[in-house]
Amino acid sequence: MNALAAFAEDFVRGKIRVVDLTQTLSPEFPGISLPPEMGQAWPFRIEEVSRYDERGPAWYWNNFSCGEHTGTHFDAPVHWISGKDLPNNATDSIPPERFIGPAFVIDCSKEAAKDSDFLLTKERILEFEGRHGRISPKSWVLMRTDWSKRTDPVEYQNYDEEGQHTPGPDVDAVKFLVAERDILGFGTESIGTDAGQAYHLRPPYPCHYYMHGAGRYGLQCLTNLDQLPPTGAVVIAAPLKIRNGSGSPLRVLALIHG
Amino acid sequence: MTFLKRKNPILRTRLPTLPPAARSRVALGLTAAAALGRFELQQCRECGMVQYPPREACQSCLSVNLIWKVQKPDGELLAQTVLHHSNDLFFRERLPWRLGLVKLDCGPTVVAHLHAAVEQRVRVRAMLDRAGQAVIAALPSKESSAMADDRQLREFTCDPKQRKVLVTDGKTGLGQALVKALAKAGADIVWVGHTEPWKKFPGFDELKNLPQVTLLPLDLTDSKNVREAAAEIAGKVDILVNNAEYHRSFGIGNRQGVETARAEMDVNYFGLLRLAQEFGPAMRSRGADGKASAVAWVNLLSIYAHANFPPHGTFSASKAAAHSLAQCLRAEMRPAGVRVVNVFPGPIDDEWNQLLPPPKLAPDTLARGILGALRDGVEDVYPGDVAQEWLARWRDNPKALERELSA
Amino acid sequence: MVLAAPVTVPYVRYSIRAAHWWLARAFSELLKASNLKKEEIDGLTVSSFTLAPDTAIGLTQHLGLSPRWLDHIPLGGASGVVALRRAARAVQAGDAQVVACIAGDTNHVDSFRLTLANFSQFARDAVYPYGAGGPNASFAFLTAYYMQKHGATREDFGKLCVAQRANALRFDGALFKKPLTLEEYLAARPIAEPLHLFDCVMPCAGAEAFLVMSEERAGRLKLPYVRLLGTIERHNAFASDPVQMRAGWALERDELYQQAGAGPQDMDFVETYDDYPVISLMQLEDLGFCAKGEGPAFVRNHSFTWDGSFPLNTSGGQLSVGQAGAAGGFLGLVEAIRQLSGQAAGRAVRNAKLGLVSGFGMINYDRGLGSGAAILQKSE
Repeated sequence: MNALAAFAEDFVRGKIRVVDLTQTLSPEFPGISLPPEMGQAWPFRIEEVSRYDERGPAWYWNNFSCGEHTGTHFDAPVHWISGKDLPNNATDSIPPERFIGPAFVIDCSKEAAKDSDFLLTKERILEFEGRHGRISPKSWVLMRTDWSKRTDPVEYQNYDEEGQHTPGPDVDAVKFLVAERDILGFGTESIGTDAGQAYHLRPPYPCHYYMHGAGRYGLQCLTNLDQLPPTGAVVIAAPLKIRNGSGSPLRVLALIHG
Repeated sequence: MTFLKRKNPILRTRLPTLPPAARSRVALGLTAAAALGRFELQQCRECGMVQYPPREACQSCLSVNLIWKVQKPDGELLAQTVLHHSNDLFFRERLPWRLGLVKLDCGPTVVAHLHAAVEQRVRVRAMLDRAGQAVIAALPSKESSAMADDRQLREFTCDPKQRKVLVTDGKTGLGQALVKALAKAGADIVWVGHTEPWKKFPGFDELKNLPQVTLLPLDLTDSKNVREAAAEIAGKVDILVNNAEYHRSFGIGNRQGVETARAEMDVNYFGLLRLAQEFGPAMRSRGADGKASAVAWVNLLSIYAHANFPPHGTFSASKAAAHSLAQCLRAEMRPAGVRVVNVFPGPIDDEWNQLLPPPKLAPDTLARGILGALRDGVEDVYPGDVAQEWLARWRDNPKALERELSA
Repeated sequence: MVLAAPVTVPYVRYSIRAAHWWLARAFSELLKASNLKKEEIDGLTVSSFTLAPDTAIGLTQHLGLSPRWLDHIPLGGASGVVALRRAARAVQAGDAQVVACIAGDTNHVDSFRLTLANFSQFARDAVYPYGAGGPNASFAFLTAYYMQKHGATREDFGKLCVAQRANALRFDGALFKKPLTLEEYLAARPIAEPLHLFDCVMPCAGAEAFLVMSEERAGRLKLPYVRLLGTIERHNAFASDPVQMRAGWALERDELYQQAGAGPQDMDFVETYDDYPVISLMQLEDLGFCAKGEGPAFVRNHSFTWDGSFPLNTSGGQLSVGQAGAAGGFLGLVEAIRQLSGQAAGRAVRNAKLGLVSGFGMINYDRGLGSGAAILQKSE
């Protein structure tokens, strides 16, 4: 029996489980807010077309609207200025095999609980590898912070007068993962693969800058990372095939051993 | 005024009826002036005679050159009566009802609704009645603070005293000023709408300390949220003040893409539509619900709704769209006797009007103007010097104003 | 010119018939009373509020008439006197030989309310929005002003109403059949202060009519008739008076008495238009029976029953017979014809030779606009 058939059999038998890493798309889910002078991404909004009524007697359906970067979403390299000229850099041109990959989940939940501005360092990554093995190429590195457990939008956004405070990777960590580990992309539980205060790093927003600059991807607003093992999960993250899209909301699923 | 008792929940709610609403076209001149809070009668251009009732030709010299002009409101009460019978449902439900016959100093004799505290000399006002038509009310010559509590006068006004009010955006300078002014004016409850709770605006947190205030998450771009907010409170809202707005300072050519303009429309126009769909039905059913009935819907528009201000061109267009929709809302609210009050301020002294030179309207001043309009029962409000001047220019020659604004 | 064939179609409170039915009945009663054939009546005046959308001309086809002289007289309480004036001129000029003057209205449960809603542009714009739904408020003001200015009391008005009720009890056609005491009048519920229930007429359905022709023609027909000695009319008089305290009769009354060759003291009875008691007082003053403002004293010094010192509204007036719309403007005239031609048995004014009939109508805004009066004489 070949590997795929074996996988299918194990899957049907429940030996391989699915973990949904996706937040529900709803109008209440916090979206990214830029300074008022800039163009703004749409939050998720949904308008009923009919609900078994005079607008459509036997059916219920809606029209919805949102930005490419609303809710649990995928960032393509074309999203950032550093990736704008790379080949195959949009949601419709990324090779589809890139939408499936192993995942390495680094647990920073304790540090993030103490410090909202926690930055994941290269040292921390090396320490993770020391315990769980080397991060393999073409895989996702997911930063678990348990931020998805902050169900109050005010706490999830975590603004004060200086802006947003959410955890993320530091400059060296990103450069290391790109240059020396050849990863597929970086994923977080908060809005933004970069930390909330990453505007003040040099360069600003290093995860966007270096990841997308190297033709890699991002995943944001993930949830249930606490259900994944540090290694061994396989993540499926396939964005909508939007022509020249910079990203899209998507269903992110992880396959783990039963 | 004594504290209003709670409504007995087993009694059927009285449905709205309206006073006789039919008027000839020429009589609508009285309504047009009353909508702005003015008392105007026709005056003959040739011989100067003041006319009443409104007519097509001068009763003295037959000239058809009659123009509506502000008149002195003082007069002598010649006779009065108290109605104990009426064929008209509205008045029948509100008997006994006082009326007076007044000889105005400017000439005509008028039939007027009579305030309970009048003496021989009176001062008249043209006010909008529940049908949205002008009627003349005779009030005491000397204003007093208790004057507004007159049972009959309260039928014409939208006094927030002892009423429950929703302010759709309590975070802005104007929103905060409105909430404080409404609490001071004796409102029973003020629901304070707000969005994006993670964005802190200075002063907003203090509103929570007012005993009348209840915070209410309200995002006019979110249909579901508006529906749920309405499900919770629409059955109690007596006055809805829609001051939520999205304001950017762009025309057409200096902002690429439609997103900013769309955001303006989504709040300023579609937001009004969502609110009207969700809050309208309950408010309409309570148009005659006792002394604290549903009585007014206030829209914060802009003087730019009449004539586009190109530096804020897309904002102007969204306010023009909102104005047209507000007229539609006025027609739909009219059978219930709920007054739609449209406010057309000039530039408010906030961040979006930073580059405009003074005079600009301080939020407190604008809030006072809105409360005044509710108390006086006015429906078209032009607060501040800029609004008044633009209105005069627009009415005088709209094309000239268009050119002046594009200079 | 003479008047003959006084016709009253008995009043009812409510009728499901259209006005055409009432007017048809009036017309056929005229034929019966005069023994004329339909074709012999060659002139017609019609007065009616509820005939709308028809007017006089629609009625000609409805009733199969072919008059050579036609007039529609929409003047409410002034219709009777004005119809008489028009008809008399037509006969005098030879435009018609026999003119039927008819007035009638139906009364459905909502007739009154609907009639008022579209009564006049001024009423719609400047009176009805204030809630009275009719002339009550305007006349309440007038009554209050009159009481304040001339010292009239409710008792004064009540005296007229009580007397008229006593008169009505002797008229079969009256809707009111019970006597009225002054106590009952004073205790009645308020309508629009100072007007109370018995100050207001009761709208009903009914019709009134009479014929106008030359004296010679009436003689040939062997009809009892009365002579027309004089008439006046005037509309929108004293427009600059802030409140209506006088109306058109004050301007032309000397002319009226000159035409008749008689004075107020010669009148044996008076039929005033009594939509409200205060208007009767205004007519008595303006027609010279007492000075302006002396109405109250006049009331206190006279008695007004058919057999009193000053017989007034001898069949009860509208206040006790009922107001059948425009027929109210004919009621006094038809009663005067009866009184002067021996057809008012049970309430006949003794030795009545001269009678004055006054008409008043059309409350456009705050006052009645139309006024007129006629003096009739018994034919020997």
